[in-house]
Amino acid sequence: MLAELFFTFAKIGLFTFGGGYAMIAQIKEVVVEQKRWLDEEELMQIITVAESTPGPIAINIATYVGYKKKGVAGSAMATLGVVVPSLIILYIVSLFLDAFLQNKYVAYAFTGIKCGVAFLILRAGFGLFQKIEKRVVPCVTFGIVFVLMILFDLLAVSFSSVWFILMGGVLGIVLYAVLSPKKEVE
Amino acid sequence: MIYLQLFLEFFKIGLFCFGGAFGMIPLIEETVIKHGWLTEAEFINLIGVCESTPGPIAVNTATYVGSVMGGPLGSIVATLGVVLPSFLIILLIAAVLKNLTNNKYFKGFMRGVKPVVVALILSTGSMLLLKAIGFVGLQEFRVDVVSLVILVLLAGVYFAITCLWKKKLSAVKIILLSAGLGIVVSRVSEAMGKL
Repeated sequence: MLAELFFTFAKIGLFTFGGGYAMIAQIKEVVVEQKRWLDEEELMQIITVAESTPGPIAINIATYVGYKKKGVAGSAMATLGVVVPSLIILYIVSLFLDAFLQNKYVAYAFTGIKCGVAFLILRAGFGLFQKIEKRVVPCVTFGIVFVLMILFDLLAVSFSSVWFILMGGVLGIVLYAVLSPKKEVE
Repeated sequence: MIYLQLFLEFFKIGLFCFGGAFGMIPLIEETVIKHGWLTEAEFINLIGVCESTPGPIAVNTATYVGSVMGGPLGSIVATLGVVLPSFLIILLIAAVLKNLTNNKYFKGFMRGVKPVVVALILSTGSMLLLKAIGFVGLQEFRVDVVSLVILVLLAGVYFAITCLWKKKLSAVKIILLSAGLGIVVSRVSEAMGKL
């Protein structure tokens, strides 16, 4: 069972590109439809948990499924399964990338990829932006952090974004849990 | 001690990355540049590579940066660092705190964090876009025509495919498309320069 957990998640890690949500479809196919380790409802619950905890979603799901099937050892094996293919591939890439970039056409391709990366990040950002609650506090928070981050970058001020995350979190606790716990029940 | 530093910095990234695959990019950028582990250009190349190789982006970047800074052991240490926080938190939720995600303080925290994460992703994306077309600093902004043309073409093709054709484009396809455009536009500009 431990080996099966490892190899199942290694296959998921090896064949999903782009990370995050691309992996969920693959996980659903393998874990729910083929292996029947979880039913669809359980997977939905796990995804909700994974979305509201830090870390890559694939790792969160692997840990959860592994634990459910075989306890702590199972969760370790499933998580390692997701990680090991990336570890090997990116380690090899790291050895050759610089030499690879010396090639003129590879360098040309990366001129394009540089634009593609900015495009992808903006696309992801706009997708999430549409899901922000249309209320005063979330919108003002968004605006302030966005403007400050751009300003800090332009003026080369060093400020860790971790502080913004923590401040946002504390504001959330005060606002939604301490001040108006009843009104906000969903 | 580079190994300890790699482990701790990537542990921090793993602990504070909310908002899926793109949520950790701002923090990773900040960290690798602060320590001088990668230059801005190397970081962008790396994200391009990570988008087109399998596996979670956070794991991919950790492995790469770890390897560049500390060889095989460095890559293992950095990868462990980035994975451990989620591993431990999920284990804790699965084993003991089954109701953590229903806890009102936890929910409040997550709700407050959400707009911050979106702002971080969009500001990082905007700055990368500016830098891609030649922005270096407030005093230094020479428009990189090749990149600008690539971006316009990329956006054009993207919207043509998604709006007119109603097809979705995955991250890998966008990276491949942009690589192709990069080769074509750079080659054309090189040929024009020779005339």
